[in-house]
Amino acid sequence: MNTPALKEWPLWEIFVRSKQGLEHKHCGSLHAADAAQALHMARDVYTRRQEGVSIWVLPSAAITASNPDDKGELFDPAADKIYRHPTFYEIPEEVGHM
Amino acid sequence: MYTQSFSVPDNAGQKSARTPSTENPELMAAFDARIDADGRIEPQDWMPEAYRKTLVRQISQHAHSEIVGMLPEGNWISRAPSLKRKAILIAKVQDEGGHGLYLYSAAETLGTSRDQMLEGLHSGKAKYSSIFNYPTLNWADVGVIGWLVDGAAIMNQIPLCRCSYGPYARAMVRVCKEESFHQRQGYEALLVMMQGTEAQRAMVQDAVNRLWWKCLAMFGPPDADSPNSAQGMRWGIKRISNDDLRQKFIDATVPQAKVLGVTLPDPDLKWNEARQHHDYGQIDWQEFWDTVEGNGPCNKERLSTRVKAHNEGQWVRDAALAHARKQQQRAHKEAA
Ligand SMILES: [Fe+2]
Ligand SMILES: [Fe+2]
Repeated sequence: MNTPALKEWPLWEIFVRSKQGLEHKHCGSLHAADAAQALHMARDVYTRRQEGVSIWVLPSAAITASNPDDKGELFDPAADKIYRHPTFYEIPEEVGHM
Repeated sequence: MYTQSFSVPDNAGQKSARTPSTENPELMAAFDARIDADGRIEPQDWMPEAYRKTLVRQISQHAHSEIVGMLPEGNWISRAPSLKRKAILIAKVQDEGGHGLYLYSAAETLGTSRDQMLEGLHSGKAKYSSIFNYPTLNWADVGVIGWLVDGAAIMNQIPLCRCSYGPYARAMVRVCKEESFHQRQGYEALLVMMQGTEAQRAMVQDAVNRLWWKCLAMFGPPDADSPNSAQGMRWGIKRISNDDLRQKFIDATVPQAKVLGVTLPDPDLKWNEARQHHDYGQIDWQEFWDTVEGNGPCNKERLSTRVKAHNEGQWVRDAALAHARKQQQRAHKEAA
């Protein structure tokens, strides 16, 4: 396989775990020559005030996103499936919390 | 920081050729409906070309202002009066660099590139906040920049956290969280100077005298002379008008100046009981536009400092790329 020669610093998406026990959350993007540099720069750009305990960097080009035009097709079918929610079911009050 | 009234036309002075709207009416109606419902627009969503263009101009001008904004204060890092003030100033200037990066990234989601934006800045085509085209003559200027310039920027930026364009709004939330330290450190530095010698107090007053009117101009031309403001409001890019923001800033600053013990250099500045706001004097808009057009006291110096820094960093960018390429080739050889 041939990789295209790098001409400029590619874009990276940055994910930061704010504290142990929480998920990594997308916080922004930056340009860097490679993954190691992206990590280094993400530390300076996104965690100057202890906003994180762990960082993921991911080449932006590696993300496959859903198409906004498909939004209806993809997500609307869930709208009428209210039986997927606990509030759909009526339980006698004497049962208490369930 | 730092938006001024963005956005002033990058080609101020030239006539902008207004292209007739050729947008698909159905898509346009859906877009308008989403804006009317106070919805958000994300990068992949359809948007009218004029909305995209306005945002690219505004966000890139905003980013440039953060980057150029590092220069007047950066000049004082090596001359800060104590190690504590030096550490604070470095942290603030570093924040401004970060703000520039958040904003460039937000602009890139609209289809422009970092190189294009930098080329606009370095060639002098793109505008940035005119406040940075004035010199920082004494240490009190650094305090006044924090107190008033960052203070004005905060006024401008808080409503932008509700901007209709998602990436810009999110960048602003991050920026606003960091700005409050900027204003407080500046004000506190001035409080300390005001407890010092007569000469130190005079320095603070001198800095306020020179920067006050420029800060008021940061909010941009009066509403009556801002033809693009209405469209920005319609699109949910701008939430509060230039004049309203300026008034808010003045009303907030007057009591702060009193505590500090400085006089704001405006003989017409006084409380208006009927309006429940302060009245204030006439801003010199000619001077503002002259500076925007490139004829302020420091325009050339700022731009050349910026270009020099960029050029001198070229070998670092090249080296990082060369290293990344080598690593990539090595990884492929090993995989083969
Ligand atoms: Fe800033
Ligand atoms: Fe700031």
